[in-house]
Amino acid sequence: MNYLNQAITWLNDPLNWSNPGGLTDRLQEHLEISFWAVLLGCAVGWPIGIWLGHRGRGGGAVITVANLTLALPTLALLTILPLTPIGFGQPPVIVALAVFAVPPLLANAYTGLRSIDPETREAARGMGLSGRQLLWQVELPLAVPYLAAGLRTAAVQVVATAALATFVNGGGLGEVISAGFGLGINVGGGQIVAGGIVVVLLALAVEGLLAIVQRLVTPAPLRSSRRRRVAAATPAG
Amino acid sequence: MSFLSWVPAAVPPLAAPADDGPGNPWFSWQYVRDNADTLRTALEYHAGLTARAVLLALVVALPLAVLAYWIRPLTGPILALSGVLYTIPSLALLALLAPAVGTTSDTSVLIALVLYALLVLVRNALTGLSQVPDEVREAASGMGYGRFGRLLRVELPLALPGIITGLRLATVSTVALVTVGSLIGQGGLGDLILGGFRNNFYKAEILTGSLLCVALALVLDLALAGLGRLLTPWTRGRVA
Repeated sequence: MNYLNQAITWLNDPLNWSNPGGLTDRLQEHLEISFWAVLLGCAVGWPIGIWLGHRGRGGGAVITVANLTLALPTLALLTILPLTPIGFGQPPVIVALAVFAVPPLLANAYTGLRSIDPETREAARGMGLSGRQLLWQVELPLAVPYLAAGLRTAAVQVVATAALATFVNGGGLGEVISAGFGLGINVGGGQIVAGGIVVVLLALAVEGLLAIVQRLVTPAPLRSSRRRRVAAATPAG
Repeated sequence: MSFLSWVPAAVPPLAAPADDGPGNPWFSWQYVRDNADTLRTALEYHAGLTARAVLLALVVALPLAVLAYWIRPLTGPILALSGVLYTIPSLALLALLAPAVGTTSDTSVLIALVLYALLVLVRNALTGLSQVPDEVREAASGMGYGRFGRLLRVELPLALPGIITGLRLATVSTVALVTVGSLIGQGGLGDLILGGFRNNFYKAEILTGSLLCVALALVLDLALAGLGRLLTPWTRGRVA
């Protein structure tokens, strides 16, 4: 595993971390882009999913949206959006990533509200709750585990996909990898592998962290081994 | 070559002209005509790579799913491993593979694609297999089927809808994923998209590549859905 040794050597050089455009900078960019993309995705996906789930309609539309984004290459959105009025820089990258964060958020929110026992809903109505009260006091609290599951899937997806921003000079950890390819395999091999390792570790860390969050917000009786992640995560990219 | 077709197209562009005038339309038939060969080569490469990856993955995935189905204790680890592998970003996987196998061929892209497709296929095939009703399984044993006979004649056919679903998901996401290979110049239509971006933001090249990519995914998805209908005629009455 010679190439792994090169990667470790590269990671051990403090300059590779602290240089302008080094790992620390890139990591920060990566997290910034990911944060705003997930936030934007939540702002779009959750209200729509919750509303559709509350009304009990549009299940077909949710599935269609999820399937359509599966066929859409990230690279296409990343290259097309900067040429629209959004302009260059981080905004188009954030929007592109948010597009891929919406389906899991939307689908999980919808499923979360749909999977509430109809009897619970009826009991709440019988107690005199209005539609708005029903949503805020009964449905949303019960759907929180699903919302958290959607957030986890979406966040991991975004963090993984943000590496592709390098294709359009959008920053992030992908820059480390493509800079390595720019040097050529022989010279930059260690850097390429090191970049890959850091991106993998970051994705796994986000996955682990949000798994803990998901467990914390799920009331104990609802914690079962049953998989809650509705929309299967799509391979990033 | 492609920058030659940058001059205002002879035919009126079909799409609305972008902000910076009609010189760089989002879509032009002129571009499609002038670069028909390039487009065809990229499309063929893209479809070929997708087909190779999905078929290879299917060949590996079916035995794995059957193994996980027969030996229950293996089900958990296989699904957990697939979950972990799924979180690995495609670009990172490519970065880990490319220095090891080289970038002159598409081997590294193929390996990455097979790995991702594998996970979808195993998961869906296993779901399909475990949905075979116990009574059916017992009836087959009662009729004298052995383990392999029952698998081939009863369980696999009944699991076909699940397998086809997995195949469709894997194919569609593989078509989209191939574009990531353009990092090392092995991305098929992705090379066109990225090339257009780097070639002074040549919009027609970017959009044509993207549209072909989405169209390829949809066509393959429909074809597999049709194949699924042909292979499982007994499910036809149920959906209506």
